Amino acid sequence: MSKTITLAPVTRIEGHAKITIQLDDNNDVADARFHVNEFRGFEKFTEGRLLWEMPGITSRICGICPASHLLTSAKAGDDILAVEIPETAEKLRRLLTLAQWLQSHALSFFHLSAPDFLLGFDSNPATRNIFGLIAADKEFAKRGIRLRKFGQEIIEILGSRRIHTPWTVPGGVREPLDPAKKDVMLGWIPEAKETVGLALDAIKKIHKKFAKEIPEFGNFRSLLVGLVSKDGGLEYYDGFLRIMDGNGNTIADKLDPKKYFEYFGEAVEPWSYLKFPYYKPFDYPKGMYRVGPLARVNICDFIETPMAEEERKIFKKLGGNVGVVNNSFYYHYARCIEMLFAVEKIEMLLNDPAILGQNIRSMASINRTEGVGCTEAPRGVLFHHYHVNKDGVIQKANLVIATAQNNIAMNRTVRQIATHFIDGKKGKITEGILNRVEAGIRCYDPCLSCSTHALGQMPLHVELLNAGGEVLDEIRR
Amino acid sequence: MSVITFIIDDEHYSAKEGDTILQVTRDNKIHIPTLCYLDGLSTFGACRLCVVEIEGSPKLFPACTTKPTEGMIVRTKTDRLKRYRRMIVELLASEGNHQCAVCVVNGHCELQNLAYEVGLDHVRFPYLFPHKSLDATHKEFVMDRNRCVLCTRCVRVCHEVEGAHVWDIAGRGINCEIIADLNQPWGTSESCTSCGKCVRVCPTGALFEKGASIGEMQKERGFIKFIVNARNKSEWVHTAHEEE
Repeated sequence: MSKTITLAPVTRIEGHAKITIQLDDNNDVADARFHVNEFRGFEKFTEGRLLWEMPGITSRICGICPASHLLTSAKAGDDILAVEIPETAEKLRRLLTLAQWLQSHALSFFHLSAPDFLLGFDSNPATRNIFGLIAADKEFAKRGIRLRKFGQEIIEILGSRRIHTPWTVPGGVREPLDPAKKDVMLGWIPEAKETVGLALDAIKKIHKKFAKEIPEFGNFRSLLVGLVSKDGGLEYYDGFLRIMDGNGNTIADKLDPKKYFEYFGEAVEPWSYLKFPYYKPFDYPKGMYRVGPLARVNICDFIETPMAEEERKIFKKLGGNVGVVNNSFYYHYARCIEMLFAVEKIEMLLNDPAILGQNIRSMASINRTEGVGCTEAPRGVLFHHYHVNKDGVIQKANLVIATAQNNIAMNRTVRQIATHFIDGKKGKITEGILNRVEAGIRCYDPCLSCSTHALGQMPLHVELLNAGGEVLDEIRR
Repeated sequence: MSVITFIIDDEHYSAKEGDTILQVTRDNKIHIPTLCYLDGLSTFGACRLCVVEIEGSPKLFPACTTKPTEGMIVRTKTDRLKRYRRMIVELLASEGNHQCAVCVVNGHCELQNLAYEVGLDHVRFPYLFPHKSLDATHKEFVMDRNRCVLCTRCVRVCHEVEGAHVWDIAGRGINCEIIADLNQPWGTSESCTSCGKCVRVCPTGALFEKGASIGEMQKERGFIKFIVNARNKSEWVHTAHEEE
């Protein structure tokens, strides 16, 4: 008789999910699925609201990356107003984007993932968390918390609150930067660089410590998608889409993010609220692609800041002859490199005189009835696509979230880890093995609150399947 | 002009003939919460937040429309009044679609301030989530009926101060709605002068300037008293507006 193992809820990710692992007659893993059982509804209930409210409303999708939704929504608004925003506004928005990256990445690395690495996958789950980390290495944990605080403080300085600031609006931003506050932010830079240095040292030790396990942590070829700057550098706010395959070949470049719907489709599975975006020319599910730090650091030709560029070169060597790093475990390393880039680039932006400009908002009325905004959120490329009427009332909204774009890859990762680590014949599943499966998911730092924003129709349906795929029992609600 | 002497909360006060209880309390810095009342506009008595107790009567009386009589004993802060005022705000919250967190007047809203004042930490009644319309057809302003509390300040200011009488109330009871002209899109109104007075007097985010983002809409309401005084008394003097 086949057997289904369920892990619910999956811990230390943003949101709620469960994983099911299906065994076959021989008690070998037949399949494993990552089910997202959250439901939000943002695309539907924003219909009828005004364009200018959208950044504030959509930022409420998430408490971790509200600034990413805010920025992307405001960019969709810029598109509909058909305005070019002032130089200072763009630089301030870039600053906000990087602050968002920094605080989110610090959360992912220090608070959520480090307990697995530093305390061990098989350590007591009761203490395998940020509090256990504090007990084991107080200084390291404290520095991580402070690094996140730096990111949050920039967001608060710019937008007057850490979470859900409404500071970015269609046309620009609401308030210019107070010169005195600029120095407060610059004061953080030396400590932030040092902390990111510690994170990079730690991740390299982790690579050695888990050398045997890493090859099974979501190690497969997939497409990699993200923004690159006009000259091919690591990009976070604007630029073009680039698509690279698992062999390091750029298969599409200089794609206009506003036409994302021409390149990507969204598939739906009955067992998850989370959609399955795919690259259209390769169809579903072969069009699997990954976004986020791993993709971004892989696809760019260079990073414009010197220290991060040095790390990128080391990172690329992990890909060996292929020249592309396909293992999802290295999301963590890529995330640390991006933290370094964020700190360096924040310093550059703050030292740019234009950051203190007073022209920050282009005023216009509705000049187009359709607009797309695109930025790189911490977890990957994010699209907001709105249709409005001539008065600026939303008729249709489509949000394509980074976590969703990693959905096929996350499922693949879960299956790979389950197949490797779970020996059904022993009939025993240890906590450490289950946590490895969870940790595989956590590589992607998924944010399920964000990614299940859409309105869907999925009745609660539980199926018990035998090895032949026949339904032995089912419950519907 | 005769003077009336009466008691508010155990203290003696005098009022000019024709004054309402609310005017006397305001002149003497006694705070009574209000919502539909606005200095400079006619009184309407719709919201009932300013209800007071008058000794000898089991009924409650709105302070904004009730005139004191000689020897009247008025109480403004009893537990019963506090309970009723809280319930009024609670009912307003449950019958509209008030989402403060994503509202254009978040932080500058009279209804929100009232909720804080009466201690509205939760709502005991089921939310009705009514289907209300948003009218963004005007070039400069937006009417979002989801946030309307039917205080009729907009109706009164447009009729009494601007003289255009764009706004009216249509429907009955809980289905009442503010409408423009002959129940048509605001942008097609021929009587609207786009003066914006209705937007500035609206206590909530029901009327706001197009383009305002979350919490960005701030309103200044003292101008109504200024205009009315200028017109009626030829006095062009700014007085501090009691924001309630």
